[in-house]
Amino acid sequence: MTEMLIKNGFVFDPLNGINGEKMDIAIKDGKIVESVNDSRAKKIDATGLTVMPGGVDVHTHIAGAEVNTGRMIRPEDHVKDVVRKTALTRSGTGYSIPSTFVTGYRYSKMGYTTVMNPSMAPLGAKHTHEELNDIPLLDKATFPLLGDWWFVLENLQRDDLEGCARHIAWMMETTKGYAIKIVNPGGLESWGFGRNVHSIDDVVPNFDITPREIVCGLAKVNKMLNLPHTIHLHTNNLGIPGNYVTTLETMKALESVPNDGKPICHITHVQFSSFAGDNWGNMRSAAEEISRYINNHNHMTFDMGQIIFSDTTTMTADGPFEFTLYQLSGHKWVNSDVETETSGGIIPMHYKRTSAVNATQWSIGLELALMVKDPWKIFMTTDHPNAGPFFEYPKIIAWLTSRKARMATLKKCHKKAQKKSLLPSIKRELSLYELAIVTRAGQAKALGLKNKGHLGVGADADVAIYNINPETLDIAKKYITARKAFDSAAYTIKDGEIVVKDGEVVQNVPGRTMWLDVKTTEQLKVDEEMKRKFKDYWTVEYENYPVFDHYVKVPEAIPVKADV
Amino acid sequence: MIILTPLKTFQFPIHAECVNPDVFQGKSMKEIASLTVWEGNKKKKLGDLFKIEETSAETPNITINGDVSEVRRVGQGMKTGEIVINGNAGMHLGEKMAGGKITVNGNAAGWTGSSMKKGLIEIHGDAGDYLASPYRGSTAGMKGGAIVVDGNVGSDSGCYLRGGTIIVKGNAGPFLGFHISKGVIYVEKNAGNRLGASMTGGKIVVSGAVDELMPTFTVDGVKKKVKIDDNFKAEGPFYVFLGDLAEHGNGKLFVSQPSNPQLSAIYDKYL
Repeated sequence: MTEMLIKNGFVFDPLNGINGEKMDIAIKDGKIVESVNDSRAKKIDATGLTVMPGGVDVHTHIAGAEVNTGRMIRPEDHVKDVVRKTALTRSGTGYSIPSTFVTGYRYSKMGYTTVMNPSMAPLGAKHTHEELNDIPLLDKATFPLLGDWWFVLENLQRDDLEGCARHIAWMMETTKGYAIKIVNPGGLESWGFGRNVHSIDDVVPNFDITPREIVCGLAKVNKMLNLPHTIHLHTNNLGIPGNYVTTLETMKALESVPNDGKPICHITHVQFSSFAGDNWGNMRSAAEEISRYINNHNHMTFDMGQIIFSDTTTMTADGPFEFTLYQLSGHKWVNSDVETETSGGIIPMHYKRTSAVNATQWSIGLELALMVKDPWKIFMTTDHPNAGPFFEYPKIIAWLTSRKARMATLKKCHKKAQKKSLLPSIKRELSLYELAIVTRAGQAKALGLKNKGHLGVGADADVAIYNINPETLDIAKKYITARKAFDSAAYTIKDGEIVVKDGEVVQNVPGRTMWLDVKTTEQLKVDEEMKRKFKDYWTVEYENYPVFDHYVKVPEAIPVKADV
Repeated sequence: MIILTPLKTFQFPIHAECVNPDVFQGKSMKEIASLTVWEGNKKKKLGDLFKIEETSAETPNITINGDVSEVRRVGQGMKTGEIVINGNAGMHLGEKMAGGKITVNGNAAGWTGSSMKKGLIEIHGDAGDYLASPYRGSTAGMKGGAIVVDGNVGSDSGCYLRGGTIIVKGNAGPFLGFHISKGVIYVEKNAGNRLGASMTGGKIVVSGAVDELMPTFTVDGVKKKVKIDDNFKAEGPFYVFLGDLAEHGNGKLFVSQPSNPQLSAIYDKYL
């Protein structure tokens, strides 16, 4: 197969401690190797360019029932962003929720090669995989929503962690999933009865269990199963002023789970969980409180959920929260209770600089990312499309790496938000090395992806090359140049093939879908009782429930050996 | 001034957003003739479909003589100048226009003045559906300016109105003023059902009969005259209704009392 040599680039590979060293990267058969035959290998001259591992996104809603319903209710989102077909690429539409193919192209153009779809109702797993199959150029994985799944709740209620673990191992295979996603634990089950939980010690109706027990129980189960990623948590009370107290309580509760100094939980889009104040009028940033806690503890990782000022679509399994958003905006909305599993909601949202709340939210995301000292703890996301579409990432890169850039945006924000913002006091500007951590290395490490996010020997040959010369370009000053460079990669290499050159897709390769093949010593027995429950509680029979192998076009089963 | 005359009866839809005084401004006849238009799925030049002539007169900037009911998006986003169409106009006429004037001496098709921001559209015939309404799903309705229709308008007109004035001298179809929040709609004759559904603000005035009145409106009184714009007051008396209560709305719906005797049995007792 092909051999390739990327010559002379400035390499940023944080997982291997390489910080802007001028070196060559050799690729053979889709993997990074020590060296290649110099005469035979295809050469890419990366002189004066920045070379990084392919980007990794830990949290982006790109496929599934919610995403597709979001597309259906927003024709106006499609009409304003139309992509024509070319000889190589397919047409598509959608600004905040691009169609599947365009999603793949746009990620790849920015140098991304691996993305995680973080929210899949198990009942919608087949649909999700069908959409993932249609997203080219990217490796993907998807996280089933298990925090309010009845079997999990029943097992945790009985304190049967081993039984719960076996169920989850079975679910990973059944839904072809990658990690345990928990959304508003307990709240979604309550939403089925028109209620919600408002603290981590509220009791879930019909199950004598609290959000605290769900989160800690699943964190322990996650550890028993040796899953590569931690539990992936969307906290209670998300998006409500004053919710930072709940977030802190959740993090403190998780201290009780043994962690050997390693992260045991990932709190996602933490911006939405860091509001202080007690109503929308006096809502302010709690970045200081949250980041102080993060700086003193090592058992958690986070991603930003950074606001982009744009007309976007929010979609989450957190049905009660979406209902709150509907009451605020009066916009068209969709809300559902997904049988015994989870709930869901969708509502369009226009984040405006001129809104004090939105501008404060924008500030919170950046404050958190900059005030958390260790870049291995907090990663760059927009929780696409909830806080903004993913292809606006270069804007966030500019804000993180350039004080000038964020001050320019802050100046245009609502006066009240400007006054309250902590950004003027923050001098920190991320270096390219730190940027490589928050956009790929840190995310790959948190996800437990051994072959992603770095350029060491044996890694997947996923490489992004940007038109940035760190010797001559000061990205903090020339942030617009840098933003353009990150917007369209000079090269994106996927599995050793050049897929993007100068921001244009030049080759189509299908991406793989990763899922966990968890081996437990004792397998879950699917007994008559369980089948009866499927018959009684689900609209889908047990026999039709699993995602069969043929649903996943290019599967990559990752074997995991569990302790139970 | 540029005069455009269709060279044939169009069989397929033409997309001609280049027919816009701002685009024509400063261009030679040759440049204008080579502007891109789409005929169905074929890319064409403006000169392929229209005879283009120039006269010395200053206004209007563009005159179209003939039936252009298949020609869409004329005057889209225009900011200045004037277009006169002597014939029937096609869909999306003056969509998102931000200034200037468009006159149609004939009928206009659907989506005329969709999401417009400023300027004036005069239609001396009937208008189609979705007059001034935004694209499907969008809430960005007409924000300012004025539209005057001498004839009737179709359904779903003036949806999501956020400002400006719409005056209809004929009848209006169903769902007139759906979800409006600001601005004024005046109908001289009759209005169809679901009038003002989901309105949260603004004014709708109907001098003729209404098909039905939604139960989510509450009667507030009777008024003799209602101001439509600076030059014109509609003569009543009108019932004043507030609503749409289903949306906690604060819109005002004025319905002529003499033209709607059927309402007195229901509402007079609350006055």
